[in-house]
Amino acid sequence: MDKIDRSMLEAVADLHGTPQGAYNIRKNGEGVERRSSANITIEPKADKPGIDITVKPGTKNESVHIPVIITETGVDDLTYNDFYIGDDSDVVIVAGCGIHNSGDKKSEHDGIHRFFIGKNARIKYVEKHYGEGDGSGERVLNPKTEIYMDENSYCEMESVQIKGVDSTKRDTVAKLQKGASLVILEKLMTHGKQIAHSDMVIELNGENASSQIISRSVAKDSSEQVFYPRAVGNAKCRAHVQCDSIIMGDAKIRSIPEIAANHWDANIVHEAAIGRINNDQLLKLQTMGKTEEEAEEIIINCFLK
Amino acid sequence: MLELKHISFNVVDEKGEKDIIKDISLTVEDGKFLVITGPNGGGKSTLAKLIMGIEKPTGGQIIWNDQDITDLSITERAKLGIGYAFQHPPRFKGLSVRDLLGIAHGSDLPEDQCCAYLTQVGLCSKDYLNRQVDSSLSGGEIKRIEIATLMARDLQLAIYDEPEAGIDLWSFNMLVESFKGISKTRKESMVIISHQERIMKIADEIAIIADGYVKKIGPQEEVFPELMAEFDNNCSFR
Repeated sequence: MDKIDRSMLEAVADLHGTPQGAYNIRKNGEGVERRSSANITIEPKADKPGIDITVKPGTKNESVHIPVIITETGVDDLTYNDFYIGDDSDVVIVAGCGIHNSGDKKSEHDGIHRFFIGKNARIKYVEKHYGEGDGSGERVLNPKTEIYMDENSYCEMESVQIKGVDSTKRDTVAKLQKGASLVILEKLMTHGKQIAHSDMVIELNGENASSQIISRSVAKDSSEQVFYPRAVGNAKCRAHVQCDSIIMGDAKIRSIPEIAANHWDANIVHEAAIGRINNDQLLKLQTMGKTEEEAEEIIINCFLK
Repeated sequence: MLELKHISFNVVDEKGEKDIIKDISLTVEDGKFLVITGPNGGGKSTLAKLIMGIEKPTGGQIIWNDQDITDLSITERAKLGIGYAFQHPPRFKGLSVRDLLGIAHGSDLPEDQCCAYLTQVGLCSKDYLNRQVDSSLSGGEIKRIEIATLMARDLQLAIYDEPEAGIDLWSFNMLVESFKGISKTRKESMVIISHQERIMKIADEIAIIADGYVKKIGPQEEVFPELMAEFDNNCSFR
């Protein structure tokens, strides 16, 4: 591990050393360090790149770290990670990908993640995407996520992409059974000429399934963002989709929340808003002694917090 | 000491040029509490904005502690100890009451100090410290938090633009008590734009602004009874 590796791991997974519990660190397309714990096993896949993460039923208060870092230019990394979360368990999964591209070729990481969440299990999944490096090579991240939630399971998924990723195409599909509850919190900031596209389909298939999708984004300069979250109620269920964006400079944002009900007792709501920073907010912070630039930074940081 | 010297302010819109403030001169001595009142559209709120620098006067000078601040920005005036409470305070997504008090203070505030400010404006600090300053707060709550943000600063001049606007009677009672407390315990000068008798009664001085001029300015004991008498005489339903 060199200095760049360590700073990337800190940026994407808040890691300041070897993590507690089970972990897998992937660098430039290869697994470099791996450890299983008594209740959580991590095995490489036999037929394709990636790992199987298996959490024993009843495992409580344990965490798994699976960060990915790319520090070379011209890397095209594709990985398939499957998570088998045992019934009645309660775990935190910290993923995340950092690309440090100092060269002139594109570096890309496409993580294909599938979650099979058992009955009454609870997971919190945190994923940060981050790019850096002064090369002209693009930094590209295209995650695909599938979430299968068994009865009364709970999943909270937080994805953050704040800086340095040139292009991202995010696809998320979730299928919820009876009593399952899914919370997705997506935070995104784009600048320069970056492009971000997020598609989501949440199917609420079981009675009393519920979902809350919150997307907060800031688009600066001439960056572009497209959000297309869809909630489909196929049973008595509740869902709330909220997309809230701040637009600045010459940026473009499209926000298309879609809700569909195929059951008379489905209750689904969407809200979407795009707007610039409110002038009174800037004035208020200026009357407290902040400059306009400082005020803008405070407002954006709070909005994405 | 704040001195306004022959301040004028006009705006140009599709109907042509309009003088909001024609010629206003007044002085607020250190530690004094001035209430500015008068009919709607008379230029009161504009005057408050001109002092803070949110608007720039068309003519005249604003002098603060012997320094001409007419051309200074809002930020520069704030750094000279001038603060301003909005009539309709903006809301911030993701910002907690504690964060906002910290920004006002200029550095993170210890919890007990935040609580002291919130208590002074009649809010139970435990319930509010971690609340977001967003649309979940009622009109009365956000106005009281606005006043607390001014308390959290080390101000020499606090300007309040219609603190009573948009709040219910119960919150208003708390507000009057808060201002009583501030004027007794703190040394800063205060300028409050208000229509409320109960706020006028606790002031040192009252200025009546109408049609862009100072119609009358003087000690509260003198101006307040005259103002009330004027209303009594004007009432055609007596």
